[in-house]
Formats: sequence, C-alpha cells, structure tokens
Amino acid sequence: MKLRVDWRASVSLVGTVLKYLAVTMVVPIATGLVYGDAFVPYILPFFVTAGLAVGLGTVMEHLDPDPDIGAREGLLMVSLTWMAVSIVGVVPYVLEGLTYQNGQLVYLIDSTLHHPDNALFESMSGFTTTGATVMGTIDPTYHSRGLMLWRQMTQWLGGMGIVVLAVAILPELSVGGAQLMDAEAPGPGIEKLTPRIAETARALWVIYAGITLVEMLLLYGLYEAGMAPNMTPYNAISHGFTTMSTGGFSPEARSIEAFSAAVQWLIVPFMVAAGASFPLFWHGSNGEFEKFREDSEFKTYVGIMGVLSAIVAGFLFVDVGLADATTEATQAAYQSVDTNLLPHTFPIAGDVESSLRHATFQVVSITTTTGYATMDFTTWKGPAKFVLVFAMFVGGSAGSTGGGIKIVRWLVILKSLRRELFSTVHPKAVQPVRLGGRVLDERAIRGIYAFTLLYIVIFFVATVVLVADAAFSGPTSLTVIEAMTAVAATLGNIGPGLGDVGPMGSYIDFTAQAKLFMVVLMWVGRLEIFPVLVLLTRGYWQS
Amino acid sequence: MYVIVIGAGEVGSNIAASLADSHEVVLVDRDGDVVDSLTYELDVLPLEGDGTSLDTLEEAGIAQADMVIACTDGDETNIVACATARTVSDAFTIARVKRTEFLDTWSGVEGAFGVDFMVCTDLLTAQSIVRIAGLPGARDVDSFANGCVRMAEFEVTESSPIANETVADADRFESLTFAAILRDGDVTIPRGETVIEVGDQVIVIGSPESVRQFARSLTPSPDLDEIDDVYIIGGSEIGFQTAWLFEQRDIKPHIVEADPERARDLAEQLPGSIVFENDATDVEFLYQEHVDEADLVVTTLESDEKNLLVSLLAKRIGAARTVTVVENGRYVDLFETVGVDVAVNPREVTAEEITRFTREEHTENIAIIESDRAEVLEIEIDAESILANRTIADAAGDLPEGVVIGAVTRDEQFITPRGNTVVEVGDHAVVFVDTKVLDDVVSRL
Repeated sequence: MKLRVDWRASVSLVGTVLKYLAVTMVVPIATGLVYGDAFVPYILPFFVTAGLAVGLGTVMEHLDPDPDIGAREGLLMVSLTWMAVSIVGVVPYVLEGLTYQNGQLVYLIDSTLHHPDNALFESMSGFTTTGATVMGTIDPTYHSRGLMLWRQMTQWLGGMGIVVLAVAILPELSVGGAQLMDAEAPGPGIEKLTPRIAETARALWVIYAGITLVEMLLLYGLYEAGMAPNMTPYNAISHGFTTMSTGGFSPEARSIEAFSAAVQWLIVPFMVAAGASFPLFWHGSNGEFEKFREDSEFKTYVGIMGVLSAIVAGFLFVDVGLADATTEATQAAYQSVDTNLLPHTFPIAGDVESSLRHATFQVVSITTTTGYATMDFTTWKGPAKFVLVFAMFVGGSAGSTGGGIKIVRWLVILKSLRRELFSTVHPKAVQPVRLGGRVLDERAIRGIYAFTLLYIVIFFVATVVLVADAAFSGPTSLTVIEAMTAVAATLGNIGPGLGDVGPMGSYIDFTAQAKLFMVVLMWVGRLEIFPVLVLLTRGYWQS
Repeated sequence: MYVIVIGAGEVGSNIAASLADSHEVVLVDRDGDVVDSLTYELDVLPLEGDGTSLDTLEEAGIAQADMVIACTDGDETNIVACATARTVSDAFTIARVKRTEFLDTWSGVEGAFGVDFMVCTDLLTAQSIVRIAGLPGARDVDSFANGCVRMAEFEVTESSPIANETVADADRFESLTFAAILRDGDVTIPRGETVIEVGDQVIVIGSPESVRQFARSLTPSPDLDEIDDVYIIGGSEIGFQTAWLFEQRDIKPHIVEADPERARDLAEQLPGSIVFENDATDVEFLYQEHVDEADLVVTTLESDEKNLLVSLLAKRIGAARTVTVVENGRYVDLFETVGVDVAVNPREVTAEEITRFTREEHTENIAIIESDRAEVLEIEIDAESILANRTIADAAGDLPEGVVIGAVTRDEQFITPRGNTVVEVGDHAVVFVDTKVLDDVVSRL
C-alpha cells in the first residue's frame, strides 16, 4: 500500500506548533509568581509542560526538516495539531500539586483532573472553547491561580484558532496557509482580507486580542468603580480570555452568577461580538461600518438572539419559565443565600430588568456557544429551557470563534428550501440562491447541506452511544434529554447542557470511555467534522 | 467628411452603407474575404487589416479622418481602436460596445478610453423596447430634450376613436402635435381637414403626458405602470438588458432561455427576474407559466424566424401584446403585417444613434421613421437659424413642404408650438422632416 499523504510533513509542522505552545507557559508561570504559589507543586508543572512541548516538538520536527504541505497534509496537520495540543495541555492538570515527600510522590491537593482521562477532557474542552468541565472544585484559591488562568487561557488560544495563530507567525505556512485556515476556521470557507494569508491571520488575531483587552479593561473598570466587587483584576483577565473565545470557563464555580448585574450586562455585547464574523470587525476598523448593516448573516444573528431573548424574557417575567421560583422550597433556598451579596439573582418573575437580563444572557451565551450562565437554567421550566436547546443548534457566525452549525448555514438552507418550494410550482425556473446579493455556488450549497445533515446524524448517533454507555455502566440518572444536550453541548463547543451537565454542574459522572468519546466530539465539532472525518476515508490516504 | 469604419460586420457595413452617399468612407476589417466582397457591394474603400494597429489606421488615412467608428464584435477591440486613433489624430471617435460596464465607465469619466461617443447597441435596443412597452399601441417611441418631448408612432385601428375623424377634430389633446401620417408608404403632412383613416400610422410629438393620454385613448389596454406579466423570450444580451430595465421600473419580468448555462447566468445577474430554462416553442410550458395571460411578450431570440414564430405563438394563445427584435431590417414591415405588434430593429436604433454625429453639430437627437422615410430631429436654435426670433407661422412659409415643428422647449420647459409662438435663440425645437427635404432643411434650421 502506497501512502499518498506526506504525513511526516504534517507531523513536523505539528511539532513546530508544539514548540511555540511552550512560550504560552509564561503566562501561568508569571501568574504563579505574582500570587506567590509554591514553586514545586504549582509552578514547576508548567516548566515541565514547556520542556515536554519543546522536546516533543523537536523530535517531531526531525521527521521532516523541510516540510512541504499540500491540501491533504494540511487537513492532517490541522486535525493532529488540535489533538496534540490538547494532549500536551493535560500535563499541567495531572502534575498540579504533585510533590516529593518522604521518599514518595504525593498530591498536596485533591483534584479530579489528576486522572488523565479527566485532564484530557478538560484540556480538549479548553482548547476547543467548549467549556464543559470535569473539575471537581472550581476555586482559584483551592487550585493554584496559575493553573486556573492556564485553564482560561487554553480557551483563548483555541478561540481564534491555534493554526490561524501559527499561520500568522510561521513564515513556512504562508503557501498552504489558506487551506489550513479553511480547515480550522468555523463556517464554510474563509474570507481573505489581505493579499497575504499571514497578514489576514495576523489581522484576525490582532482584532481578537484587541477586543479581549478592551473587555478586560472594562471589567476591571467596573471593579474600580465599585460596581463589581468580585471582578478583581484576576477575574477580569480570566473572563476576558473566555468571553471573546466563546469558551465559557470561569474560575468561579457559579460562573457569571458570582458577579453583579453590571458585569452581566457588560459581558453580553462581548459575547455577541465573539459570535460575530471577525472579518466584519476588520472592515469596521477600516471605517466600513455599513458592512455590519449589509451583512445578512450578522443581521440574522442579531435578530435570532433578539427574538429568542424576548421570548425567554417573557416566560421568565410571567413566571412560566422559572421552575418553582415562587414555591416555598426555592424561596427557602434563596433565603439561605446572602441576598445582599447577590441581589441580582432574586426575584426574577415580575422584574423587568432581571428577567430581561437573565433571558438575554442565557440566550446569547448558548447561541454564541460561550456557555456562561448567570443562573442555573436547568432549574427553568420546559418552555424557557427548550428555547435554549433550540439555540444550541443555531450556533455563531462563520468566521467567529463560536461553534455549532452556524447562522450562515441555516440561512443558506432556508433560502434553498424556499427555492425548492418555488420549483414545485415552476419546475422549469432557474433560481440561484443569493446571500447578501451574492450568488452562491451550487457546490457550496451542497457542502452546507452535507455538513448540517452529518452534524445532525452525529448528534443522534452520539446520543445513542452515551445513553447506551450510561445504561451499562454510567450514571443511572442520565436521562435521554441530558444525554442529548451533553452531545449538543460538546459537539457544538457550547459547554453546559441540561440536568447534571448544566451550567453549575459537571461532566464528572460520565464513565471514562464516555468522556473520551466526548473528547472526540469536541475535537470533531471544533474542526467542523470534515477535516477529521476525511482522515478516516481510504481515498484520503491512497488515491 | 472622411470616416473610418472599423469592423465590416453587420453593423459596420450597415453604417458604412448609410454614410457612403454623402461621405468618404474607409471600411477596415481583418477578414480578407469580407473585404473583397465589400469592394463590389458598397461605394466605400475597403481595407484589410487590424483596426487596433497603428499601421492599418495610417494606411486608412487616419491623419485626414474626421471620424472613426469602431464597431467590430469585440468591445475591447473597439475601445483599443479608438484609443489608438486618438494617439495620432483628433478625429471624433465612436465605439460600439455590448457590455454596459464599459458604457458605465465611459459615461462616468469624460473622454475615457479616448472614446468620444459610445454606443451600446443592445442597451439602446432594450431601451427602445421598454419605451414602446410604456405606450400601448405605439410602434416607435423616442425621447427628446432630456425627456421633455416625446415622439411616438401609432397605428390607427378600426376601434380607435380617431379613425375617420379629421385631424382638427382629433386634436383634442393639450400640447400634442400631429406631425405626420404615413399612408401606403407615403409621408403626408396633415392639415386640419385631413381625415385619419383606418390603417394609417400617425406620428405625434408632444409632452410625455399628452402622448401617454393619446395612447390611452387609442387603445384602452393597461399602461406600463399596470403591466405585471412581462415575458422575455430568449436570453440574448438584448433580452438581458430589457429585463434589467424592467427591473429598474419595479416590474418582475419572466425570462425564458433554452440554454442551461445561459439561463443560470441570467438568473444570477438578474435578481429581480424569474428565469425559466425551457424551449419557448413548447406550448404546454407556455400555458403552464401563464404566457397566455401575459400583458407583454418580448422575443429576443437569436434568429428573426424564431422570434416571429414565438411571437405568433404567444399571440395565438392569448398574449395581449408582442414586441419582437428583428435583426434583418427588411423583415420589419413583414413581421408587423403578419401579426407582431411591434418589430424593433437594433441596427436602426444604432444607426439613429450614430447618424446623430454625422449631422451638423447642433443636432441634439434624432429618430428615424419607417426605414428612413422621414426623421425627427432635435435642434438647438442659434442666431442664424431660420426660426430664430420669428413666429412659427412666419418661418414655416420659408420652409419647404414636409416639415413640421412638433415641439419647442425653453429651459427644459415644454412649449406647445402654435402659429404665433415666437422661437428664441437657445430654444430646442423638435422637428419632423421628410427625408426628401432633409439636407436642405437641416442646413437652414
């Protein structure tokens, strides 16, 4: 059998990316030093990870010192990069708190992430900006500050894309760069903003980093202004990292519920920005603001979130969506919470601002696939909860950091369905599908149908797998709805689902094999299925 | 005038033929066979060569040329030929183009490409079709003086209220002049007592509103604003332009094109139209898409015969009105005789446009009536004009038979010409002139 793929070149480039990944360890190391974490059990793991990344990277680079990649090698390289980076990302979680005492290695703290399968889940969930967690105790004072920030930063690195970053800084990727970015970037196709792909990649990262910085500063500003007592500089940086990447990790166990209403309102527009197409911001930075108004995907994106928010807000306001919010049990539960500290969590029904805020936040968070929550929406009643399940399948915009099926695909599907209806009346009519005045290629439409269908097939098959796994060995409490939302949340890189896997919950109860299965779902979901799936075909390797 | 015509295709040889009588014409073409045969057909100097090469142009006598008309089939060739001519001569350059993009560029930048005048044949034809569509019953329509004045040709049918009336009786319309009556191929200048007979074609000149009212009184069929169902059969460039112009008027035309690729192309370029991919002679299809209820069917297929066939078919199954494009000028009358409502000849339209520049400088616009039997001209009045500062009745005495002052505009305002109207210098006069007295009249006006 003769291989038609120069896998050595792909692996070599993955090695280069890994070497550069070591540089990012500077951030958690510096954080550890600033907060005075003990060196051996908390800071050393990052040096080990960096050393490992450089060592592994160098070995891989030796496979092909002068890699030359074509389309096939590009697909392999992108898929492998995400897996390799996630595997290296396991190391800090596993080694955290590990020290040498009395002649043996012992863990100073108790972390669920010491198990490699959990660590891989957390690492993949981080890089793919999913935000599903298996961390037992989410608390930066329990875990080290450095590790918690590393967890946030994996999402930021994965948000705009590791390969896009690599294309931006590695000159050897300039030739195949467009294909690499196409394989990684969310949405069908990429928009080249400049003649050189490396400049496009750089522009995207600069915009991404710029908006992130603005958010961090504004969050910190609220803290300084006394409007957000919990939004310390550490939290401001942490949430900046995971908002713009549509990640959803938070160092706070109660996610954004831990912060004041002002913070919650401030995060909403940044989530909206993160789920919007980044090329639009590039045009905006060139003064072409009319592009936002002209872009049909952006209009639909904002429109869908507006409508869904209004529906949920209505439910919450009239107390249809809130489960038992007015029952004695919930009231008792809320009385145990210091309502002076968290005045924004209660009451919601009958309060315009509260119901609007919680509805908008949750809808935007799920639609953009961020995964933050200002309250545990699993406690909501059916109607409001199901609007969120619907939002899980909408997804962000193409060219954003969001996951899911993407608005543009739904737009194209709806438009071509309308054409089908027209064709039944006028069988001889020739009607191209237009998007924002531009005619879409029929092949592109077919690709969009194929992707969406495949996405839904994978969703159902994966649900069956999880339900079957749970029936044999897993948490017996896993309902089908929970399994469905778990799959939707991992495949769509959203994070929280319903029930046990809700925004305040955890994926910890799944069996090891189910977690590894979901690692694959996140991986496949982030790369939008085809780059990974094509590796499984015989034709890819041989003919 | 010394004129170099580049491209001896249908348009080129036609223009050359119409200019040959009164001008010196050199006709350049790359095809030696074409050049050879033209030597015997036309009284022009045929020359074999590439019109875009300086050598050829010099051989054609570019140094003494007053005008260069580039009308090959290639848009780029025509533009380059004009640009090349411009480098060595001050001759007036005319380029014929098909693509409207070039026309847009040219009209946006003065003197772009070194072209002094650009004629877009297909666009002109399409404009003409849409103008005719706007006036039910009209066979030919032209605008003058920036649209202030309109000339239209109507056929008088039995049901027309003006049939068998005298012109004096029929003249019930404010600011409308009966310029001429064409009867059995002869041009008659109507007098008040002239009786309008069934089968006559009347040429009226007036304000757009009065012409529209006149049209409405002739045939009570709907106005263009009420036309919904427009079918364009054949997705040629003219068909495309026509559809585009209808789209600009918020009418959603239906286009039928047999070639799948061209159909797709049209559908992509015309978001406001509905494109069908089918053979237009398929009667079942025509019924299915309700062509039988169409207000207007325009046929722009590639051959005249097919156009005729489809027009008659559409008419037979019930379409209200048919307009067809006829490439061969000799067919125009024939087609209208056998039942096509209006036949439009692109070459005539192009000729009108190009002939405008072979006339005296102050001729602003021109319309050719019925295969050059008469012309309607727009003239800016200067001090030497016979009309200057005189009443129309006074000046008319000095003009030969066969001239009618149809309309006068002053500062873009329409003035109905009556016998006592005084024409001032700077006015624009729209004048109907019989071809027989054309040269004489044009020089005196």
